[in-house]
Amino acid sequence: MTGMPTLFSILVEPGFFTSQPVLIAAAIGAAAAIVSGVVGVFTVIRGQSFAGHSLADVSSAGGSAAFLFGINPLLGFLGMGALAATSMEMVRADHASERDLATGVVTGAGLGVAALFLYLDTTSSTTGAAVTIMFGSIFAIPASIVPLALVVGISALLAIGLLYRPLLLSSIDPDLAAVAGVPVRLMGLLHLIVVAMAVALSAITVGAILSTGLLIGPAAIALHLAKRPGLAILLAAAIGIATTWGGILVAYDSYEWTGGHGWPVSFCIVALIFLAYVIVAQPGLPYWRPLPRLSSTRTKRTE
Amino acid sequence: MTLSAVLARGEVLAVRQASVSLSGRSILENINFTLEAGELCGLIGANGSGKTTLLRTILGFLAPNVGDVSIEGGGHASVGYVPQKFMLDPFMPMRARDLVALGLDGNRWGVPFPSKERRRKVDEMLEALEATPFADQRIGSLSGGQQQRILIAHAMIRRPRLLLLDEPLANLDMRSVAGIVALLRRVSREFQTAVLLSAHDMNPLLSVMDRIVYLAHGRAVTGSTDAVVRTEVLSQLYGYHIDVVRVHGRVIVVAAEAEDDARVAVAHDPVHVAQVP
Repeated sequence: MTGMPTLFSILVEPGFFTSQPVLIAAAIGAAAAIVSGVVGVFTVIRGQSFAGHSLADVSSAGGSAAFLFGINPLLGFLGMGALAATSMEMVRADHASERDLATGVVTGAGLGVAALFLYLDTTSSTTGAAVTIMFGSIFAIPASIVPLALVVGISALLAIGLLYRPLLLSSIDPDLAAVAGVPVRLMGLLHLIVVAMAVALSAITVGAILSTGLLIGPAAIALHLAKRPGLAILLAAAIGIATTWGGILVAYDSYEWTGGHGWPVSFCIVALIFLAYVIVAQPGLPYWRPLPRLSSTRTKRTE
Repeated sequence: MTLSAVLARGEVLAVRQASVSLSGRSILENINFTLEAGELCGLIGANGSGKTTLLRTILGFLAPNVGDVSIEGGGHASVGYVPQKFMLDPFMPMRARDLVALGLDGNRWGVPFPSKERRRKVDEMLEALEATPFADQRIGSLSGGQQQRILIAHAMIRRPRLLLLDEPLANLDMRSVAGIVALLRRVSREFQTAVLLSAHDMNPLLSVMDRIVYLAHGRAVTGSTDAVVRTEVLSQLYGYHIDVVRVHGRVIVVAAEAEDDARVAVAHDPVHVAQVP
């Protein structure tokens, strides 16, 4: 393309839309962002951000084992995450602090196992397994992962759609839900299983450690902006997609200004989420009304 | 909960010879009372007297070791519940009306589809509880009294036969207390629902209670306020002499002897003693 540079051609480096790794990254990244945003709203309402992060850390043990034994890494992340979710729900802690401690101890143990597998990985191969698992390599996702990733993503969204009302009620107040006949403990377990699915998808894109950013960040931003649960969920998914695609674009462009080695996509995505959060979390910002007809009355804080 | 066949005509709730222990410690002993449709009953007692345990037993969260609890209808739809110390985070993405709608069908699977019928039922309940003006605000931005109204709407939208409230008047300013008390009186009559609410101070309820269940040390006396809140009756319940003093239309229950235990158990609300003009 010759002639005057347009804004578009400045923002988007040539070859962006035709690059196979970019297209796979955009598709899997969007799947991870949608699932993380949707389930993340429930995680934030339930006050389980720490549990979400813990699941991600523990699932990295599964991811590194998958690398070591040469199986689909998504299966590794998913299996270990589901195992961690189940064991976290099995701990019948009487006090919230006890639950926090148990989660912390399990997280430490999971990361220890991950360290062992990663050590064995580096001694048996020269691939940068540790960096891939912990910080992701979205441009190097093998096409063979795509079908399974789509199955996991669609199943997670169907599960949230099915659980929507009882999960929402039990996330607001377990006693209110129990009186209405909702199986509260089962809701807790199913929520963490869906978090494990979201985390597994994020792990293969932005990496296990950074998956918390995609799970909590867009949901936290959406909670500042929307005053209806359904709207918050849609908004969190949209913010997740926008920051993921934006991060991919920035990282792709960065090859240009960094002289060929580029910045990691994970950093770019999480940096965009962080910036967006800082902007919306300013005190005194009025609740935003993206769809005026759907939320008719402006919210005013009552004293 | 056993079959509702043990209920007499007009009775909505019957607690018979119920005793409850928690981890080996006896909390409630031989509790007996019944509630009829449309009755407003105060469950009065100091902190630690077993009020919450009794409410949780009626809800079916705890099972009595002895005796039984019968509720008309028996199922989930027949009991509404307002939990204690319910304060939502200001960032909770939920309008007041969303929480009321969850009272209607929060236990069903799937995403709710907006329908005229659903909207009408929610609007009707918001109107009945004078909550329409703040129905579209975030639930977490509402005052304590407004949140109580929304919670009562959430509990009442399925028209339960019995409404249980755990300390609904705690942490409210005096004007909100009067508003909620008047509202509960009206709700019990209009919907013919039996209302049982716990409180550590009976004074705001004196003019509206049809019945009182007075708890002390895990035992209870019940009847009309005039029959129960008397020196002889409460002295017998506590097991030592106490005085019931009526000043300026308020009731103060005071331990006569300076037993430490008695002071803690009986003079449970010294703040209100001080507030008498």
